[in-house]
Amino acid sequence: MKKSQLYLLALLIAAVGIGAFVYKWKVLGFPVLPVTETEVWEVQARVEFNARAGGNKITLQLPQDPPGYAILDDNFLARGFKPTEQEGKDSREVIWQARRASGTQVLYYRATVYRDQHEAPDASKPRVAPPPPYDEPFATARATLLEQVRVVTVDSATFAAELVRRLAEAEPTEEVELLLDGHEGDAGRAALIVDLLAERRIPARVTWGLPLRETDTSARLEPLLQVYDLEARLWNTIDQRNGTIGWPEDTMLWSIGPKPVIEVDRNPRAIIEFSVTRSLADALATAKKRLEVRDRFLVAYSLLGLPLQAQATYKILLLVPVGAFIMLILRNLVGIKTFGTFMPVLIALAFGWTGVVAGVILFVIVISLGLLVRFYMERLKLLLVPRLTAVLIVVVLLMALVSVVSNKLGFEVGLNVALFPMIIMTMTIERVSVAWEERSPGFAIRQALGSLVIASLAYITMRETHLAHIVFVFPELLLVLLALTLLLGRYSGYRLMELFRFRALAREGGEGKAG
Amino acid sequence: MFGLLKTARRLREIGLVGIGERNADFVLLYNPRKFYPRVDDKLITKKLAIEAGLPVPELYAVVREEHEIEELHAKIKDRDQFVVKPAHGSGGDGILVITGRRGEKYRRSNGGFISRDEFDHHLSNTLSGLFSLGGQPDHVLVEYCVQFDPVFDNVSYKGVPDVRIIVFLGYPVMAMIRLPTRMSDGKANLHQGAIGVGIDIPTGITRRGVFGNEPVKEHPDTEHSIVGLTIPRWDELMLIAARAYELSCLGYVGVDIVLDRNLGPLILELNARPGLAIQIANGNGLAHRLRRIQALEQAGTLSRDPVERVAFAKANFATT
Repeated sequence: MKKSQLYLLALLIAAVGIGAFVYKWKVLGFPVLPVTETEVWEVQARVEFNARAGGNKITLQLPQDPPGYAILDDNFLARGFKPTEQEGKDSREVIWQARRASGTQVLYYRATVYRDQHEAPDASKPRVAPPPPYDEPFATARATLLEQVRVVTVDSATFAAELVRRLAEAEPTEEVELLLDGHEGDAGRAALIVDLLAERRIPARVTWGLPLRETDTSARLEPLLQVYDLEARLWNTIDQRNGTIGWPEDTMLWSIGPKPVIEVDRNPRAIIEFSVTRSLADALATAKKRLEVRDRFLVAYSLLGLPLQAQATYKILLLVPVGAFIMLILRNLVGIKTFGTFMPVLIALAFGWTGVVAGVILFVIVISLGLLVRFYMERLKLLLVPRLTAVLIVVVLLMALVSVVSNKLGFEVGLNVALFPMIIMTMTIERVSVAWEERSPGFAIRQALGSLVIASLAYITMRETHLAHIVFVFPELLLVLLALTLLLGRYSGYRLMELFRFRALAREGGEGKAG
Repeated sequence: MFGLLKTARRLREIGLVGIGERNADFVLLYNPRKFYPRVDDKLITKKLAIEAGLPVPELYAVVREEHEIEELHAKIKDRDQFVVKPAHGSGGDGILVITGRRGEKYRRSNGGFISRDEFDHHLSNTLSGLFSLGGQPDHVLVEYCVQFDPVFDNVSYKGVPDVRIIVFLGYPVMAMIRLPTRMSDGKANLHQGAIGVGIDIPTGITRRGVFGNEPVKEHPDTEHSIVGLTIPRWDELMLIAARAYELSCLGYVGVDIVLDRNLGPLILELNARPGLAIQIANGNGLAHRLRRIQALEQAGTLSRDPVERVAFAKANFATT
């Protein structure tokens, strides 16, 4: 009856928790392991030019949401120049302007780049304008070359590839040699190819890519030829050296389009240099930054948006449910008896500062000394509340004593005893002493030991750095824990300890059946 | 591991109810929280029992405040024998049985003496909530000291033996008698070292006993056999237990009854979470019997007549 409702609820809660976890892990890229590192590149573009009197205007093309990479923070550095950022449909540029500037000017653009998985939609529908008519002998050379390529290819893609191959040949034909004259370098050749393809109404363009590999202080933008595939409706990148199709690895798209990367008004002799510094960064910080760039809302409403101190607190707080869950298992499935419901979890938290061995020793010392005092107070016949207060005062004094003595002896851990929850210790002393008197010393000691065993196990689990990390980064996993807790809430099977407690009954019953 | 699995399967066959099953399937489902005060506060239990016409030990005095402790001595100065117990006590904790006086001192049932100061301190502790669940302030009941039936003289070490009957939806399902030992300090609680002896429901004859978690046949102090004893006025006891259902409104309840030499059976207290050791004492599990009654519940044939319920129990719940 109610059980199915409970199962459904648990299932629902678990599904929400797991769903959120998988989303954050797979889609948002939060790291599951604590010290996963990702590659980060500090990219710097340095523009140097001689300023002219009467105002200068410099336009630098900037990367805009490059596929496969994320730009986290970028900034401009230029003394005396006012940067203006402009974003177009598939271009982004910065315009530096200064009225008065003289001598050599240096402008910087800096960006931090991370790798990510996103694809940038490239929906721009290309238009091709036929190139202007050429003079002889170029017109004939172009026509001959295009005709030679046409007869051996079937479609636009193979046409472009074949053209690139012919232009890249070690021993070029006469026509190619003629056409390449004046188009030196990869960039020149790429421009020539775009121009040639335009004659065939095949959209093509030159894009600029920045290779991001190792640290490189003299990196250069590479011209990358892209040909539009009319059928697949996408831009294919063709390697100019061998005609292979595909975006080169480890290369970030810097800018698209006919505009030159750097444009200095009235001064064509500007130098642009790129430098790339590769480093490894904490994947968590990266994921967080990336989210901030892509989706501020998600970070603002997550634990990562809290101030650092609060984050440190939650790193511990979020482990408390884990400790409590372990205690639930040990109490309700195993059947270990403890003093107080959550006392072991709080003790386990205190162990976090002392370590488990030192923690147990300190705990036993304070509790035993406290018990001696409590047994003496039993003779004084104090009323309950004054007695508890007296024990509390003694506990605090004992903690101070342990700290002072261990400090003198040079044990550092002794100082951490102050982090033990003293109210819990006081109540534990009271309960142990009552159990001691009312039941038996053995019973009291067994129960105290049970509490310590659970505290130690909870501590050992909570200390696991992977777990601490996962719970902090994916707090929604606590929902899974909640679901399990709900399920265990109706566990009505035997506890492990009961099997020992009732084994005489099982034995006797067995004999009865046999005899 | 294999041995444990075998034990678990064997216990399942016997029908042993574990603490998880008792809590999840019986206490939580059949005992509405709002009726708990009826059994947790012995004063309320006593009042309800008197209203229902069920026999209880006579109440001499109630102490609610610290200053009433002094007045108590005056109130009970004519009584030689009485019992002091916390209204919210559990498991027999904090019960003081006084069997006489010597000057200013009270004689306890275990033969020792307790001075007036110690007596006052005990009451004050009780008022502060030392023996109550959760430590909330409590009050103290002073009541008639049961003159227990001599039939148990040979198998009790001081103190008062009592009969515990588990009643499920008004049907007595299992019973045992709890015999104090030297170890239990005259108290009739199993976890304090008393012996539990299972009683065959149809006949009222003891079958086998448990000391700690081990089966026993003799009382460890008196060495008399604890098997084969006939509980006097058994039918009367069963009927009282069955009627405790209407009194408490709790579906799953343990009824503790003492046998007084002169007054007959008296209800001592009710327990909303009766222990599980009764199963070891009987060598039988509770599960099969409880299921029989759950079958009646599902069929809608639960009886409203305590006499009928006792008859059903006697017909069905023989100790095997």
